[in-house]
Amino acid sequence: VDLKQLCCPTLREFGCEQNLLSRPDGSSSFVQGDTSVLAGVYGPAEVKVSKEIYDRATLEVVMQPKVGLPGVRERAREQCVRETCEASLLSTLHPRSSLTLVLQVVHDDGSLLSCFLNSACMALMDAGLPMSCLFAGVTCAIDTDGQVITDPNAAQEKESRALMTFAIDSTERRVMMSSTRGSFTVHELQQCIAVSQKASDKIFQFYRDSVRRRYSKTL
Amino acid sequence: MVCLFDCVILSCFYVIIHLVYKVGDVLLPGDVFSFQMPESITDSKPEKVVCGPGLRRNGDEVLVCKSGILRHKQPNLYWIDSQQRRYVPGKGESVIGIITSKSGDIFKVDVGGSEQASLSYLAFEGATKRNRPNVQVGDLVYSQFIIANKDMEPELVCIDSCGRANGMGVFGAGGLLFKVSLGLVRRLLAPQSEIAKDLEKMFPFEIVVGMNGRVWVKSKTIQQTLIVANLLESCENMTAQQRQTLFRRVADGSI
Repeated sequence: VDLKQLCCPTLREFGCEQNLLSRPDGSSSFVQGDTSVLAGVYGPAEVKVSKEIYDRATLEVVMQPKVGLPGVRERAREQCVRETCEASLLSTLHPRSSLTLVLQVVHDDGSLLSCFLNSACMALMDAGLPMSCLFAGVTCAIDTDGQVITDPNAAQEKESRALMTFAIDSTERRVMMSSTRGSFTVHELQQCIAVSQKASDKIFQFYRDSVRRRYSKTL
Repeated sequence: MVCLFDCVILSCFYVIIHLVYKVGDVLLPGDVFSFQMPESITDSKPEKVVCGPGLRRNGDEVLVCKSGILRHKQPNLYWIDSQQRRYVPGKGESVIGIITSKSGDIFKVDVGGSEQASLSYLAFEGATKRNRPNVQVGDLVYSQFIIANKDMEPELVCIDSCGRANGMGVFGAGGLLFKVSLGLVRRLLAPQSEIAKDLEKMFPFEIVVGMNGRVWVKSKTIQQTLIVANLLESCENMTAQQRQTLFRRVADGSI
């Protein structure tokens, strides 16, 4: 167990901006190192009768890659983000309406799914949708030596033997969603979860600082 | 500032409050108001707390569900002041709607929410079955919600409880309709609104403000109308200082 990694996991530099697009009801841009994602939220809006759910809002996530049309990989990631968002949104407050979340990749340099999750959370907050908790995405890679690297860039991801992304919630730091690739032991999985939970503290503090900065003009 | 709710979810319950967060703090979804019971309950009276928009009761706790600034109004009202663009219909709120279709005895009105609202023919002043109001598709109408909850289709009326129009009804010959955020609309409609006072000093104009974020402006010339519309759209993110400087510059420039 690498105690130094457990005590203070190293994450790349964050950047975030809210309310930058004029058309969507909520928007955000999240930057982790060189990976950058733009998110837009529309809702609660009108929903097609075929898609409406009688007691909750219908959440749709659309992911656009930087080049080309969305494929199977995007669909799988959309499902991960959708399940996480549905778990944290209070969708029973808006029955028979639709919430649409559009995620656009601006640049991909590793840890893309966790960047999607972070920008989705900020965009949902910006749109004023009622949420029961916040969520943060953290990616861990296990390289060939068995070292755990948090927030890997594209080169580190390519050389890793296992790559895991977790969505952690803000109230109890539990794992809401996990998406993994590669082979690893149970012990390594638990170690990565512990490291991700520690890293999510920094991300939640960053959310708080960003929102504070945003409201500082009207205070 | 008097609060104007855009969602009327109020829950009142008796607790003894020790707030960990101060009024004016920025709170995020998932934060908990902690209600701590002190050792001796006998000498302190239980206080009733009214929770406004952005706060939800979850068993014994009150959770924050929107990000924003915590506000307080005497004696016991707390709410979260958040910046939002999308309107959610609330009972009793006056909004600007656009008539989209007529069918049978009702008009369908677009208010910017998740569903179109319905407005009956008879809900205008002096309207009877023989004497139908002169309302066409595409007209702007200033009306009030009588039914607006999450489970039912919202319903509007253009009369108050006594049957008088009271300023509501069809309007908008000439003028410009544009959209701003809900926070700006609330600031404009507050009783001691500084933005409204600063705007009045510019030049005479007519303005209708709907709580769904829609504002209609009409002035003597098209240029003045556009100036007022641009000023309102841009003073969203400005501090009071910057706004007054901007208004002064425009007032000097336009003379």
